[in-house]
Amino acid sequence: MSTISRDEVARVAALARIELRPDELDRLAGELDVIVESIAKVSQVATPEVPATSHPLPMSNVFRPDVPEPALPVDDVLAGAPEAEDGRFAVPQILGEE
Amino acid sequence: MTDLTRLSAADLAQKLRRREVTSVEVTQAFLDRIAAVDGAVHAYLHVNAEEALATARDVDARREVGEELHPLAGVPIAVKDVVVTRGMPSTAGSKILEGWVPPYDATLVEKIRDARMPILGKTNMDEFAMGSSTEHSAYGNTHNPWDLERIPGGSGGGSAAALASFTAPLAIGTDTGGSIRQPGAVTGTVGVKPTYGSVSRYGLIALASSLDQAGPVTRTVMDSALLHELIGGHDPRDSTSIPEPLPALVEAAAQGAGGDLSGVRVGVVSQLQGEGYQEGVQARFTESLELLRRAGAEVVQVSCPHFEYALAAYYLILPAEASSNLAKFDGMRFGLRVEPEDGPVTAERVMAATRGAGFGDEVKRRIILGTYALSAGYYDAYYGSAQKVRTLIQQDFDAAFEQVDVLVSPTAPTTAFKLGEKLDDPLAMYLNDVATIPANLAGIPGISVPNGLAEPTDGGAAMPTGFQVLAPAKADDRLYRVGAALEAALEKSWGGPLLDRAPELG
Repeated sequence: MSTISRDEVARVAALARIELRPDELDRLAGELDVIVESIAKVSQVATPEVPATSHPLPMSNVFRPDVPEPALPVDDVLAGAPEAEDGRFAVPQILGEE
Repeated sequence: MTDLTRLSAADLAQKLRRREVTSVEVTQAFLDRIAAVDGAVHAYLHVNAEEALATARDVDARREVGEELHPLAGVPIAVKDVVVTRGMPSTAGSKILEGWVPPYDATLVEKIRDARMPILGKTNMDEFAMGSSTEHSAYGNTHNPWDLERIPGGSGGGSAAALASFTAPLAIGTDTGGSIRQPGAVTGTVGVKPTYGSVSRYGLIALASSLDQAGPVTRTVMDSALLHELIGGHDPRDSTSIPEPLPALVEAAAQGAGGDLSGVRVGVVSQLQGEGYQEGVQARFTESLELLRRAGAEVVQVSCPHFEYALAAYYLILPAEASSNLAKFDGMRFGLRVEPEDGPVTAERVMAATRGAGFGDEVKRRIILGTYALSAGYYDAYYGSAQKVRTLIQQDFDAAFEQVDVLVSPTAPTTAFKLGEKLDDPLAMYLNDVATIPANLAGIPGISVPNGLAEPTDGGAAMPTGFQVLAPAKADDRLYRVGAALEAALEKSWGGPLLDRAPELG
């Protein structure tokens, strides 16, 4: 298995949308390397014939009647938002200007 | 006069029903105790005094006119801060949710309110339940009431410490890899992780959705059974909720307390003892096995060979699911929003700045680990393999439960360590959950029952140890029968509850 470099941590942090300070990048690179090395042992027993399990108690087709249910009051929901305007969430611009 | 805070929830409920005491008196007794000792323990992030007393007054008025009430009506309770509570802050121990007040209640909170139980407040925890010591809370450490220099376990250290310091008679915890059972073990309290789907997850701030389960945190096995029966059962708002009714848990606890375990087959998991387990923890475990034998149980050794891979699989599956669940903390709809210091203020850059400022070290570590494990080129080797290990662990449990009715182990490999001791060594911290994690991966239920005290390896006063019982999925009643029988035998040998030996606080 490959080791996790500082650049790799920076790449993954960008995917995860977490801004990291330079000292955090240094520290995480070392820590994640140790952690990944120890958990890589899962591949020792994960042979092709073993099926994967995603859920402890499998259930399928859990349906409910297709009828509308009351939603939360808009004001209550927006009360916890960083910014709201005209009964909506107010957010920064989605696209950067090139 | 009896100190109301020392009574079990079952005894408080009985006194309330007999009108020997009012809910206002009981609730006030706990609020006074919080004021007296929680400055030192810091089990609570928020104390809900006014509303709790209003609920208590309402219950007393209803009882006065002879209204039919839930058996636990008027008994106060504390709720872990990862559970959303309408009108009360719910931060999950994170700065990113500081001050956020949810617009709705979790299903289990609705049930608590419907039963008219005063909610004392919200308890401290590792940020988003990531941790085994409560040191990853953004709002400061909780201290172990047995020794304030030591950790109370985690992530639910606040709920366990509230029970151990008598600032609540009942509490709610959540257990993703041991966060109810391990704090129970290190604080001398009882904690139950129900079968996955036994208690609704609606309104839990999700950590790892295929592992999370809420459950009772109490001082006695019977109290856990009473609380589990209240909060459990099917919830259409959680599609992973088990549709059939719960087994008879209170009845099982009452049967177990009778002390007869004739015909019960108990399996000792070979892989969950020996190396890495503190000497005193192992000694108390062996003594408890002897008590089970004397109660009539048949005790045998059982091997679960894939458990040695459980921790590794867990630290791939949990971060993977957490990295997805925590994507909702984007600075747009709730909680913190931080704008980048320079450059354009776009949604993506705001999201990154918000998460960089709002998440603590452990949360960043796990989200990045999870994102890495799920990223192209690594998915099969890491996440895919971990899911296969999950199958192998379930198969180990299936084979074991063909031979025995319950499996047992020490709940945690060591007694509570000193605050700060493992903070810089994430891998050492993760090892605390080695005995509790397999149950979460398989979805089966587990209980931790206090089973004695052991000398810490670094000196100081003796600290509590826990005995874990695991049962097959949907057979939670077996935990209560065996747990109550062990509790009864131990308390007989001690001449009273373990917590009577905890030092006085305040």
